[in-house]
Amino acid sequence: MAEYKKPEMLTDTPFHYCPGCTHGIVHRLIAEAAEEVGASKDAIGIAPVGCAVFAYNYFKCDMLQAAHGRAPAVATGVRRARPDNLIFVYQGDGDLASIGMAETVHAATRGENITVIFINNGIYGMTGGQMAPTTMAGQKTTTSQSGRDVKTHGNPIKICELLATLDGPCYIARTSMHDVKHIRETKAAIVKAFKKQQEKKGFSLIEILSTCPTNFHLSPKASLDYIRDTAVNFYPLGVFKEI
Amino acid sequence: MKKLWKGNEAVAEAAIAAGCRCFFGYPITPQNEIPEYMSRRMGEVGGSFVQAESEVAAINMVYGAGGAGARAMTSSSSPGISLKQEGISYIAGAQVPCVIVNMMRAGPGLGGIQPSQSDYFQATKGGGHGDYHMLVYAPSGVQEAADLTYKAFDKADKYRSPVMILGDGMLGQMCEAAEIPPARQLKDLPEKPWAASGNGGKAQRIINSIYMSPDTLEAHNRELFDIYAEMEKETAWEEYKTSDAEIIVVAYGTVARIAKAAVNSSRENGIKVGLIRPITLYPFPSKAIADAAQKRSVKCVLTVELSMGQMVEDVRLAVNGRKPTPFFGRTGGNVTTPQEISAQIKANGEKYGAKSAAAKEK
Ligand SMILES: Cc1ncc(C[n+]2csc(CCOP(=O)(O)OP(=O)(O)O)c2C)c(N)n1
Ligand code: SF4
Repeated sequence: MAEYKKPEMLTDTPFHYCPGCTHGIVHRLIAEAAEEVGASKDAIGIAPVGCAVFAYNYFKCDMLQAAHGRAPAVATGVRRARPDNLIFVYQGDGDLASIGMAETVHAATRGENITVIFINNGIYGMTGGQMAPTTMAGQKTTTSQSGRDVKTHGNPIKICELLATLDGPCYIARTSMHDVKHIRETKAAIVKAFKKQQEKKGFSLIEILSTCPTNFHLSPKASLDYIRDTAVNFYPLGVFKEI
Repeated sequence: MKKLWKGNEAVAEAAIAAGCRCFFGYPITPQNEIPEYMSRRMGEVGGSFVQAESEVAAINMVYGAGGAGARAMTSSSSPGISLKQEGISYIAGAQVPCVIVNMMRAGPGLGGIQPSQSDYFQATKGGGHGDYHMLVYAPSGVQEAADLTYKAFDKADKYRSPVMILGDGMLGQMCEAAEIPPARQLKDLPEKPWAASGNGGKAQRIINSIYMSPDTLEAHNRELFDIYAEMEKETAWEEYKTSDAEIIVVAYGTVARIAKAAVNSSRENGIKVGLIRPITLYPFPSKAIADAAQKRSVKCVLTVELSMGQMVEDVRLAVNGRKPTPFFGRTGGNVTTPQEISAQIKANGEKYGAKSAAAKEK
């Protein structure tokens, strides 16, 4: 029987995330995946500005904390200095798809050999629930209080679909955290991305539909159901590019 | 061996000689020869050149490469350096060694591509947000640009701090005979046990600048300022014909060379004038200027810059009211001439009672 224990790559520091937030589970999946591909000890992580800003407290590997949106550029610099280490970049949707869009698209199109773990919770978590570039039409946030109106707020952005049009990426996939089956699929996708990175195939990104119960104003369970019933319809799951 | 080098290319080759193997740039005149040169040379020396998507990305690539232990550099000119300021603040906060070159052009805004010195405040007073400084070198010629760039990498590592080479379009574009310092062996460069280069399962290294507790952040900032105090010993300047001078001109970079020509021609006319040329702008050679101003023979301290007056504020702080501190500047990309400066020397000398400058009846 398989033994269930904490991955070696994680520290004993308790996660500071709100109850029911899926950030912590994704951290664990990254650690499990890095161990599975045998790269956890020499991995280098890049933490974003957002709720995961303290990610370096939870991973034992070396880490750099990047300015808001700049993690793919920081990872590019690390990659040029360290050609062989496993490099993972962890970013939220405000960080990646708004302020850091140029860095995202260009790291992807350069085919920079890094793996981006993209947490799409449809909201700015850390700053208190403002509209994100991924907030869906009709979704209420503190800066779209009657629900996002695409006529005035503009449309949300679909990162996987966009990046899949580029030549640089080797693997672009969207997964979800709303139940055990999908959590397992998320881990499998991260493992696959890490392996491709080890094969030096280029840029990979896993967009993970996640929850922010605090700013959704929903219970942890209702937040997961919201992803299952609403978010996956707008953000279809699957592999958008693979080579 | 001396060769004819363009300023920008001498800076690039000196960086490679110093062991820089990661360069991140973005096109902007008048520094384009640096990324162009690096794009050719980095491949030859097994290094990495990235033409970044923006100056914002380039400085963050420097943060990554420097944070992972490499000698890393970026170059730009004024508007691009403005874009890098957030990144420079992070680099200073996270104590990542690196070299940043600014070949200044005229501003504000898009300004013009002609030489200027109007980024002095930005370079020496912080530039980005938060309490920080960096070592700023102001070379006045191609040889010195190569030598200071070479040295900048050692100082960046020593103090774990960004170091800026502050030149201008004139320096970047002019050609002079220069010798590039000898190439460093990468294996002889200092070890960086703090770098996030992959720890092999040993103690974790973190490159960051976030401190949530005010006490911890205050302690960190005080540590940074202890380092800046330590950096005082890097203060460098040149004094030229100051010993008997009644008028002291203060100028840096290419302007100091123009001022030197003015000093020489004024001397031929019997005016006792000397030059103090700051080589480091941060730390600023305040003591040298204060000591000069202190002398009874000195009647005034004239600052000359290609700006509306920026370094002159530091000169005035140094002189501290002991003597008059007139200012002469050209701006917008206009470059001053020896004749203009000579006229300023004469006029200010007369105004503030320098006997050697007094109008002589013929
Ligand atoms: C340049 C800059 N602008 C704004 C901020 C403020 N800020 C901190 S976190 C954040 C949003 C993070 O949201 P997201 O990326 O979606 O991550 P989450 O917190 O939801 O995990 C913002 C705007 C900042 N730190 N820096
Ligand atoms: S604010 Fe939202 S994203 Fe941030 S930790 Fe809490 S639940 Fe998670």
